[in-house]
Amino acid sequence: MSLGALQLCLLFSSALFCVGLAGALSRSNSILVLLGIELMLNAANINFVAFWRYGPQPAPATGILFVIFSVAVAASEAAVGLALVISIYRQQRSIRLQEATRLKG
Amino acid sequence: MMTAALIGILLLTLAAGAVAMSLRNLIHSVLLLIVCWLGIATFYLWAGAEFLAFSQLLVYVGAVSMVVLFAILLTRRSRIDVAVAPDSASRALWALVAGFAVLGVLAYGMLNAKLPVSTSPVPSVSVRDLGAQLAGTHSAALLVIGLILTVALLGGVVIAASGRADIMEEKGK
Repeated sequence: MSLGALQLCLLFSSALFCVGLAGALSRSNSILVLLGIELMLNAANINFVAFWRYGPQPAPATGILFVIFSVAVAASEAAVGLALVISIYRQQRSIRLQEATRLKG
Repeated sequence: MMTAALIGILLLTLAAGAVAMSLRNLIHSVLLLIVCWLGIATFYLWAGAEFLAFSQLLVYVGAVSMVVLFAILLTRRSRIDVAVAPDSASRALWALVAGFAVLGVLAYGMLNAKLPVSTSPVPSVSVRDLGAQLAGTHSAALLVIGLILTVALLGGVVIAASGRADIMEEKGK
């Protein structure tokens, strides 16, 4: 069985997604969890570009435009997430996720 | 087709991401993630999406990494302490199991799928085309995304600037 370039791209993006998933699940530092989520978002963007490059194309630049919007959303997500991390640190002097249990009933 | 150099760069990208997710020093993690994001920008450049490669450089390598570094420096416990306490081994093990399970399912699915292969030549999209589409067909989406960014950044400033009341009062005295 020969691997096409599209399948190689998809394998790369799913490997990157799983690296981010394992990182986000295994660490208890909230900054590292956010970085793992960023890696997963990047893997999704790679998929958009791979399908735009190799898939049948209804419109010439759809994949690129989608990635531009997705990068903007990811950047705002990172900004809000890190602001939350700083706020939690100022409240309880720690950014471990296990200690952020204030909302627990 | 993919050249050996590109495959090497992609493997380096994956390795940098994996090592970054497993290190204890947060600063080293972010520096390795910058390498990972650079590798992704190389992939975009190879795929023919030059504008995306440059925006990846600007947004991730330039901006997000700096914001994360500042967050690390603002939330460390002491002046020299940037290493985090080791996490529990069973949690790491289960996370690895989950990651490999998801990877297995995804790889099985895509290796057995009949993916349509494009016979058309490499699409060339100039920045001019992108700008015309962004200002024409997708102008409403562009406005909405600008609004989302503005609201999110303002909200981030408000969240990060509002502190605990008693600390604020102590500082005021």
